[in-house]
Amino acid sequence: MAMRMLAAFRMQRKLNRSFTVSFLLFALLAAFGAFMALPLIYAVSNAFKPLDELFIFPPRFLVNNPTLDNFFDLFALMGNSWVPLSRYIANTLLITIIGTAGHILLASAAAYPLAKYRFWGSRTLFSIVVLSLMFSGHVTAIPNYMVMSWLGWINTHASIIVPSLAFPLGLFLMKQFMEQIPDALLEAAKIDGANEYRIYWSIVMPNVKPAWLTLMILQFPALWGTDGGNFIYSENLKTLHYALGQISAGGIARAGVGAAVALILMIVPITLFIISQSSVIQTMATSGMKD
Amino acid sequence: MKAETPGQVVPGVIQAKKTYRLAFIAQELRKNKHYYLLMSPYMLIFFTFTVVPVVISLLLSFFYFNMLEFPRFVGWQNYSRLFLNDDVFMIAVKNTFMFAVITGPISYIACFLFAWIINELSPKVRAFMTLVFYAPSISGNVFFIWLIVFSGDSYGYLNGFLMRFGFILEPIQWLTDEKYILSIVIIVQLWLSLGTSFLAFIAGLQTIDKTLIEAGAVDGINNRWQELWFITLPSMRPQLMFGAVMQITGSLAVADIATALAGFPSVNYAAHTIVTHLMDFGTIRFEMGYASAIATVLFLIMIGTNKITQRLLRKVGE
Repeated sequence: MAMRMLAAFRMQRKLNRSFTVSFLLFALLAAFGAFMALPLIYAVSNAFKPLDELFIFPPRFLVNNPTLDNFFDLFALMGNSWVPLSRYIANTLLITIIGTAGHILLASAAAYPLAKYRFWGSRTLFSIVVLSLMFSGHVTAIPNYMVMSWLGWINTHASIIVPSLAFPLGLFLMKQFMEQIPDALLEAAKIDGANEYRIYWSIVMPNVKPAWLTLMILQFPALWGTDGGNFIYSENLKTLHYALGQISAGGIARAGVGAAVALILMIVPITLFIISQSSVIQTMATSGMKD
Repeated sequence: MKAETPGQVVPGVIQAKKTYRLAFIAQELRKNKHYYLLMSPYMLIFFTFTVVPVVISLLLSFFYFNMLEFPRFVGWQNYSRLFLNDDVFMIAVKNTFMFAVITGPISYIACFLFAWIINELSPKVRAFMTLVFYAPSISGNVFFIWLIVFSGDSYGYLNGFLMRFGFILEPIQWLTDEKYILSIVIIVQLWLSLGTSFLAFIAGLQTIDKTLIEAGAVDGINNRWQELWFITLPSMRPQLMFGAVMQITGSLAVADIATALAGFPSVNYAAHTIVTHLMDFGTIRFEMGYASAIATVLFLIMIGTNKITQRLLRKVGE
């Protein structure tokens, strides 16, 4: 009884937390947070620096007279180029949207049986997927090129999109999340006469929304940042990342434009993360299921 | 098969077992056809672009292949050349392990530690801090900003800073001096490494059952470290395993950052890793068989390290 009262008393303050240690830990967090954030802030401030501030000595961290010149220069430059900028944007959007949406769909369709049922081959298949998390794409880079050329997919968007649909990471995470769905829910649906596809689509999928967003956050930056790799040669198929890379390869004369390019490249995935993060946290908070 | 000796009984039994097994599989396939159908699109792509290439790479490592002539079988020759006759490969192995031993554990612990501290904050601050720590890993090629920081002339941010306050008199060639290259690549790698695992830890910490912690307090847990070891870590074991796999694979595959910062090839191979060695032979010299042997060695190193670590992690909180 005394123990319980003591516990209740502690809970009124904050459970298991001492002020000094909290303070030290938050100080550590703030210090490393600065280490993480400063380069990004520097990248943002660089994009708004006029040319004379970019080359000032000693180098200055923040911009004094912010200007949008770098962005205007970028658009002027892209307007004059052989392939219009809109083409690169369209290519990147095509690859990113199809790749991300398709990945979520295929990975969750494969994850549902693996998470909830035992059948012949299920364990073997999943352990192969887990094994493939343990090596990087570099291992398969050379044979992958041969497979692509046998399929005749060199220099098509399919060479980027299709392999990305089956990234093992997505299946693994999706399966982890799906295991938390109570079996009783699925059985109830089965008794009500729903078939497996129906259960997947109307019961499992709505229950794993946090996992969709997690998969999106993992897949999107990889595809958004693709430069076509070794697979895409035609200029009209190339991505925004490649085009912008070409500009910043211009060196000193393009330093300002390069900084603007970097800002554009980083701002899209980060914005997406800001938007989806809040809903990941929201859905996470309410997804505490007990079986 | 015709056999007159009593031995024929044995093949007969095996035959029966085999037909039984095939019947069992056929029955399983029929019974669970919906599950196989649901998995088929993913598995088809996965096998074509991940599993089959690993097998091809393994086979190709025993051949001489230059993309033009028909592959010629050379046995273990690629491997013996790799381990006995390739000094640069030895440098690459040494560097790769240097990176992995430092960045792997540090980034893993950092991912968990910061996720754990962030979890204590109020939701709005938590969202902001998650963003701060996660942003570098999704911001694309922004790590080029470090090129400006470590630039070798006096316009470089670090040089400018050190010179202004009189620590050094002339700029240091950070990225072309062998003494510094490896450490700089490690710093940048760590900056970028709070990625997937970090996010998985944040998510995992939030799904921990609060009543477990309250029950633990009743049972005599009275500080955050006990709570961490006895409740938080065991509840998060799946995420911890997953995070370990991500960080190990990432830290053994260091290449893009090393190439971007130190150039390719780097001065005296100071930032040369197994992956850059692989790219050298695969995409520049077109010795595909030899490159496949490097890929196979890398594959075995990655799988081996992961397996050992997983065995260790199973003991967490026990």
